[in-house]
Amino acid sequence: MTRAAAAATAATVFDLAAGTLRELNQRLHDLTPETARVPWRILHPRGAHAVAAGVDAAVCIAIEGHVGYYCAGMNQHAEITIHGMAGVGVAENMMSGLVRVQGSASQCAGATGHGGLLVIEGDASSRCGISMKGIDIVVHGSVGHMSCFMGQAGALVVCGDADDGLGDSLYEAEVYVRGRAHGLGADCEEQPMEAAHRERLGELLERAAVPGARAARFRRYGSTRRLYHFHVDHADQY
Amino acid sequence: MSSDPLSSDPPPPGLRESATFDRSTIHEIQRAARTGIYRIRGWGAKRPLPHFDDLVVLGASMSRYPLEGYRERCGTDVVLGTRHARNPIHLDIPVTIAGMSFGALSAQAKEALGRGASAVGTSTTTGDGGMTAEERAHSRTLVYQLLPSRYGMNPDDLRRADAIEVVLGQGAKPGGGGMLLGQKISPRVAEMRTLPPDIDQRSASRHPDWTGPDDLAIKIVELREITDWRLPVFVKIGATRTYYDTLLAVKAGADVVVLDGMQGGTGATQEVFIEHVGIPTLAALRQAVEALNELEMHRKVQLIVSGGIRGGADVAKALAMGADACSIGTAALIALGDNSPELDAEYRKIGSAAGYYDDLQDGRDPAGISTQDDRLAQRLDPVVGGRRLANYLRVMNMEAQTIARACGKSHVHNLEPEDLAALTVEAAAMAGIPLAGTDWIPGAGGTAPKSNHEGARNGPQ
Repeated sequence: MTRAAAAATAATVFDLAAGTLRELNQRLHDLTPETARVPWRILHPRGAHAVAAGVDAAVCIAIEGHVGYYCAGMNQHAEITIHGMAGVGVAENMMSGLVRVQGSASQCAGATGHGGLLVIEGDASSRCGISMKGIDIVVHGSVGHMSCFMGQAGALVVCGDADDGLGDSLYEAEVYVRGRAHGLGADCEEQPMEAAHRERLGELLERAAVPGARAARFRRYGSTRRLYHFHVDHADQY
Repeated sequence: MSSDPLSSDPPPPGLRESATFDRSTIHEIQRAARTGIYRIRGWGAKRPLPHFDDLVVLGASMSRYPLEGYRERCGTDVVLGTRHARNPIHLDIPVTIAGMSFGALSAQAKEALGRGASAVGTSTTTGDGGMTAEERAHSRTLVYQLLPSRYGMNPDDLRRADAIEVVLGQGAKPGGGGMLLGQKISPRVAEMRTLPPDIDQRSASRHPDWTGPDDLAIKIVELREITDWRLPVFVKIGATRTYYDTLLAVKAGADVVVLDGMQGGTGATQEVFIEHVGIPTLAALRQAVEALNELEMHRKVQLIVSGGIRGGADVAKALAMGADACSIGTAALIALGDNSPELDAEYRKIGSAAGYYDDLQDGRDPAGISTQDDRLAQRLDPVVGGRRLANYLRVMNMEAQTIARACGKSHVHNLEPEDLAALTVEAAAMAGIPLAGTDWIPGAGGTAPKSNHEGARNGPQ
């Protein structure tokens, strides 16, 4: 049985209309490898902030509704599915695991994430993947301006369009866009798509279950590395 | 005039140095014309500023009873984080070690800071680069900074910390991000920051996932949730619009406000930033206390002040003005051995001199403190450095006690503004402390200085 299938059968149910956020997160933090085998369903989140923040267990969590800021923040190991929209900073600073947003996400999705996979099945607003440090983010739709700003590591995959300032001040993160990039930020340029890139992109698309996506239709963007050292000739780019 | 700016040779008689274009200014213009890039350096503001030296303490005499200097107890402990945290931190002295990054400093220096602070029962703080195993192991109480860059930020270290400090800015560069030049990005530093080695690293100047006080309130709740509401949450601000920033930090839920004045140091930033952005510690401290009083949160939300704290007199005066504790950075590095006269010859080889060295950004520190060069870093013995820091902290604490006892206080926190007088009009206005010999506080409604007895006769102004 898959973890998702398990979630549909025997699950621990926590209703945020009846219990408090503190109670919920404390119980999630108290999970052991043994108790984490039982999946969780969280009902009536109603836009609450910091739902399932700081989980450090390989547990499967289904959140049935919209969430506010910082849902699944700093997640470690958990597989969290949000059956709704997500507010600012979903999966911020995630270390590992999987967070899937079935709707759209607000600003700063996956900000500073170090690892794991964030999938947004709708659109993501501005600064998606800002300062990302190894997380992989796949957005089925489009992303807002300044996405992947100061991206250090990991991959941002955008199946729709990317708004202005994409990849501004980029370090070593990689950006893939299937639609149109409306404007690139400082030190970001389109770069050749090599076989290794296509392979990695294909793997991410498969893991993110993007319907009908083919790696060959994406463009790749990366850092020119011209701003890696202070130099007076580059002053107009700062 | 000698071509060596550090030469002790006197210039030929009759030459007059310009007050506007002094030798340092001329040198900077020439350097800028030659290189085409602004000057980057460490330390804090070097220009003269109104400071705690411009205040004096009114010891006891006929109207106040002092405590016996060598016998009667004068407490110095401080509890930080009583507002919301389940586990506030309890320090034995009211002086903490400010955040300084591994990267800016060597691992040996970070360990020495932890050792020294722990020996006297106070805290040390991480910096822009994450928590090293050395500093965690040797710090009894460790404050973990959440900075805009989020370098090395992870929930395991967050849970291992004793407090969290959300850094909005620092006194040396409020509104500016961090900077670590390529020569200090060693493989270990690069790995901790997830950056390529040797690049000139630019830290963000604003947080990536919140943009205002309402967002910050939500962010703080997230941090509390992740740590099960155990840890105090500090909010650190660089001194600019301090009154409003303090109000907003408290509104956002801070347990502790950390205020860093413009004399506060940095590992590296543009000199124009260090010398021209921000306000002096003295003025900022008064504004922060006013904000806390207005909210009726003074002593409920604790206030830590930093930026040019050098000795127990500064500590006593800051506490009298309303701070709960002080924090030191530059002074701690000096205690470890920074700018030691014994290294003068080596400082001169790299274009500086003992007492002047501020090139913390370039990684060639002969003292082994602000470097990632293993050969240099090994010069600093963390045990010896820690002992020196502990000695210095003990002296600061005893000096503060000495002043408090002289004012008749059984705890340093019983010092109060009434125990202070200002020596200059500027300091009186900034600190909100009467000019010595008068009841006059410029800007507080009075128009002219009056003697104490006249002020008393005419009522407060």
